[in-house]
Amino acid sequence: MSAVPPLTIAVPRGALMADTLDLLDGLGIDTAEVRSNDRKLLFREAGIVTMRPSDVPTYVEAGAADIGIVGKDVLLEHPERGLYELLDLGYGRCTMVLASVAGEDPMAEALRRLGLVRIATKYPQIATRHFEATGRQAEIVEVKGSVELAPLTGLVDGIVDLTATGTTLAENGLVVREEIVVCTARLIANPVAHKLKAAAIDDVLERLRAG
Amino acid sequence: MTIHPIPSGTRDVLPDEMRELRAISAAILGVFERAGYGEVATPVLEYEATVLRGDGAGAPPAYRLFDERGDVLVLRSDMTVPIARLAATRFATADPPLRLCYLGHAYRGVRPQRGQPREFLQAGIELLGAPAPGGTAEALTLLCDVLDAVGLEDYRVGLGDVGLYPALLDGIAVPEAARVALLAALVAGDFAGLEREVAALGLDAEAAQLLARTPQLRGGPDVLEGLAGRAGEAAEGLRGVHAELEPRVARRVIFDLGLTGNLGYYTGAVFGVYDPTLGVPLGGGGRYDDLLGRFGRPLPAVGWGLTVERLHIALMGEERR
Repeated sequence: MSAVPPLTIAVPRGALMADTLDLLDGLGIDTAEVRSNDRKLLFREAGIVTMRPSDVPTYVEAGAADIGIVGKDVLLEHPERGLYELLDLGYGRCTMVLASVAGEDPMAEALRRLGLVRIATKYPQIATRHFEATGRQAEIVEVKGSVELAPLTGLVDGIVDLTATGTTLAENGLVVREEIVVCTARLIANPVAHKLKAAAIDDVLERLRAG
Repeated sequence: MTIHPIPSGTRDVLPDEMRELRAISAAILGVFERAGYGEVATPVLEYEATVLRGDGAGAPPAYRLFDERGDVLVLRSDMTVPIARLAATRFATADPPLRLCYLGHAYRGVRPQRGQPREFLQAGIELLGAPAPGGTAEALTLLCDVLDAVGLEDYRVGLGDVGLYPALLDGIAVPEAARVALLAALVAGDFAGLEREVAALGLDAEAAQLLARTPQLRGGPDVLEGLAGRAGEAAEGLRGVHAELEPRVARRVIFDLGLTGNLGYYTGAVFGVYDPTLGVPLGGGGRYDDLLGRFGRPLPAVGWGLTVERLHIALMGEERR
């Protein structure tokens, strides 16, 4: 049986990237090249691959990366993935909220008079589960871009979206009506790598717990 | 060119691939034959009632149809339940142990856009009437013989026990609601959630450590140490299996205290088969000492299945390194 190669780590570009690279620095992984080159995607020497956050579970599930860092929001949106979730890293704290335009809540009137509420979101599974769990009928409209636009134009009555500070919501005249779940960055692992590279993964875990 | 699509998750096999799949299958069947395992075939269609009798919690059948009388038929989702039915009916009085093997397609539902197969070729064995630890050791040995014959070099076999974590929970008298949440987190591979649930129980540090960290242990026989009570018995059972393995088999084993087996019928030792070139298991198996009893012939049993297409991918992956 051949020697076990070091770990390949999937790092999300975007909001979690800076904290994630700091975390990897703390593990003794040289992230200087990753920080200085935002076009390159694969950093073989450091064992880092960078990608859009929602792709992290895809790469880790298939074993193209051994471990990865991703927001709980992404994991909740794809709960059926064959992944191990090893650690709550604590940073990147955001809240998944239900929001609508300020003033009298248009969602309440829609539910009362029309029997269902229209909701725009980038997280259709989380939104669907939230409305099912609370016994309300909802029509979920999946949008790819700025969700805040949807209730302002009359496309929908409310939105389900992730917010860190609430600034973007407030700037668009939206208020939080319900908090659905708090999301932080998570360390995930491919189940096969978790067995075959146990020592390397446990080493990372122990140092993260201690740090 | 006219497009005549086939359902997603299914595919045609052309001669180059088929030649290689046949070579793998022939190597596997040769090992089965030499080990004294008799090959059986069962219908691709079974009555839904039969399948549900065998396995309420396991791999659910995804495809159903009605026959001309209105009975519900399912495409089999694994081979173990049909063979348990076969053994209890066709070998109702045969002296155990029974050594049976198979090579056949099974069918499962897929999630869209994930490259999962609806139809896959499984090769495996069922050893009926051979209790632990001897029967388990025989099954593991044959598993390694098969993987060697196929030509894989770097495979490993995860070995756990489905009874281990429930025994730990019993030992600490965890309340029922928390127990359900903990087991759900474990089956989902959500160790962060598991630690959070354990922390919420407010146990003393030692018990909390035991519940949160034990299922994350995997490695050599030393991971079995420090388990008491019924969990200790489960660990002792795994040690007993390990003690019966030849060194060439034992060196392939990774003890994995978090391995739960995804199928509902497992009762004891469970296996997972891994290769470093593939991100998903090549197959798995375990003990199912209660399953044959549900069909009227109670016998302790153990078996495993490998997905031939995955063996093929892993073999190509190892060759390319």
